[in-house]
Amino acid sequence: MSLSTPTQSQHTASQPNSSSVFQLKGGLYTLTSLQLLSNDLSALAEQLDIKLQQAPKFFHNAPVVIDLIKIGSADNNINFKQLKEILSSRHLIPVGIKGGNSEQHNSALAQGFALLSETSKEKEVQKTHTNTSASSSTASSSSQSSQNSSYPNSLEEDPDEAIQGSNTRIITEPVRSGQQIYVRGGDLLVLAPVSHGAELLADGHIHIYGPLRGRALAGVTGDIHARIFCQSLEAELISIAGQYKISEDFEKDAWQRAVDIHLLEGRLQIREL
Amino acid sequence: MGKSESKIIVVTSGKGGVGKTTTSAAVGAELANRGYKTVVVDFDIGLRNLDLIMGCERRVIFDFVNVIQNDANLSQALIKDKRVENLYVLPASQTRDKDALTKEGVERVLADLQKEFDFIVCDSPAGIEKGALMALYFADEAIVVSNPEISSVRDSDRIIGVLNSRSRRSEQGKEIKKHLLITRYAQARVNRGEMLSVEDVQEILAIPLLGIIPESPNVLNASNRGIPVTLDTPSDAKRAYQQAVARLLGEASSDDKSWISKIFAGIQLFNRSPV
Repeated sequence: MSLSTPTQSQHTASQPNSSSVFQLKGGLYTLTSLQLLSNDLSALAEQLDIKLQQAPKFFHNAPVVIDLIKIGSADNNINFKQLKEILSSRHLIPVGIKGGNSEQHNSALAQGFALLSETSKEKEVQKTHTNTSASSSTASSSSQSSQNSSYPNSLEEDPDEAIQGSNTRIITEPVRSGQQIYVRGGDLLVLAPVSHGAELLADGHIHIYGPLRGRALAGVTGDIHARIFCQSLEAELISIAGQYKISEDFEKDAWQRAVDIHLLEGRLQIREL
Repeated sequence: MGKSESKIIVVTSGKGGVGKTTTSAAVGAELANRGYKTVVVDFDIGLRNLDLIMGCERRVIFDFVNVIQNDANLSQALIKDKRVENLYVLPASQTRDKDALTKEGVERVLADLQKEFDFIVCDSPAGIEKGALMALYFADEAIVVSNPEISSVRDSDRIIGVLNSRSRRSEQGKEIKKHLLITRYAQARVNRGEMLSVEDVQEILAIPLLGIIPESPNVLNASNRGIPVTLDTPSDAKRAYQQAVARLLGEASSDDKSWISKIFAGIQLFNRSPV
């Protein structure tokens, strides 16, 4: 059985006779994102210069993602050509954009920006921003008057900051056979038994304050530092970043013990707590 | 009996052959005996058994599917039990299959039944597909029937997950009240480690225990003669079902641990099952 995580697929170009010139591989990269809070590009240029003075080497030739989540409402037009010039003249390399509306997407694509996907949490945040402007535009006939409502209510009490806390899901009821739980971009905390035939998946860690009798897969998008903790190891299968073991692999050692499972030099370690 | 809110109780398990139909008949008959107007509905379209267990297979003219498809009305399909006042059966079709059940049709029939009956006991087929889903969708309460052995418990766990996620109540953010009924329990086999103990089953399923029905030859005898266990001659199984219904009606206190030992005492006394 192979457990390939979403970003780790491997394909080879199909040239049966000659040797391949390239290989397509998935990869995971950490990038800085520059979240725009306004479409005022001249103000952006000014403020960027101030910021970059504080740590010039850090941002030199840094690849950045332009985050449009906060200005995704219909009336925030952006001149992506101008944006690109502003960024490259300051040695920032724009890789793509994330969030924003379809008009912004089209302009960005035309200027050579890639469209990167958002997490579901970010999609929620974007919705609240586009909704506030949409509801006010139905109240008034002209779209001009809705311009101001696309900004967050005030800079101090930005309600979205609260949402950007930890992305941990907490489950207090037993996880039944046949149930599948996936926590994207966060950790999973289960305060009840996990039955045989249940599946827990998380991009981060998995903690089970009870017996684990089903399957637990942590770090599914490739985080090799993810861990699985449980109070009684009776699992069918455990996996971290694609490295897995089935019950017969650990039946003799740590069965029904409280354990911490992690990767050490690419191999699964089961340590008794 | 005063007509308060009508309750829909599904008897389900996931696994086949654990005692759903036996339980539906026994619980339905006991409720009727106690004065509640009760109907037992067979959701196992195409593989109907309820009419056999209830002893009315020769009086089936119209069935559940006929009523859904408006070929007959409810009063033509309902079979009144000859032994107990207040007890009715809505049989399933034998020639059709589960695809004949539609959500709207089932909803309409159940709504009509709720006008007349205090309790509607839905006898679910085995599995987790359409027939079982239809049987549990509209339920207020569920009796999850499980034998004390691993595959039955595993399937019961699955069906509890389904009750929590695919029922109308779950869609409305409410809960179905779930009760665990352990059937075919044999103390000697538990002692020998061949069967799971009550604690083992409860640890895995984590729902309140309604009752423990011992393995009993009386069950087979009763179904052979088309008599629900609770209408038959006294036996260990009959007593256990009666106690379970008492708890279902909230009569016995669920906190006092002594009721379980009373059941076990009863089981020891009547334990005639050839193990």
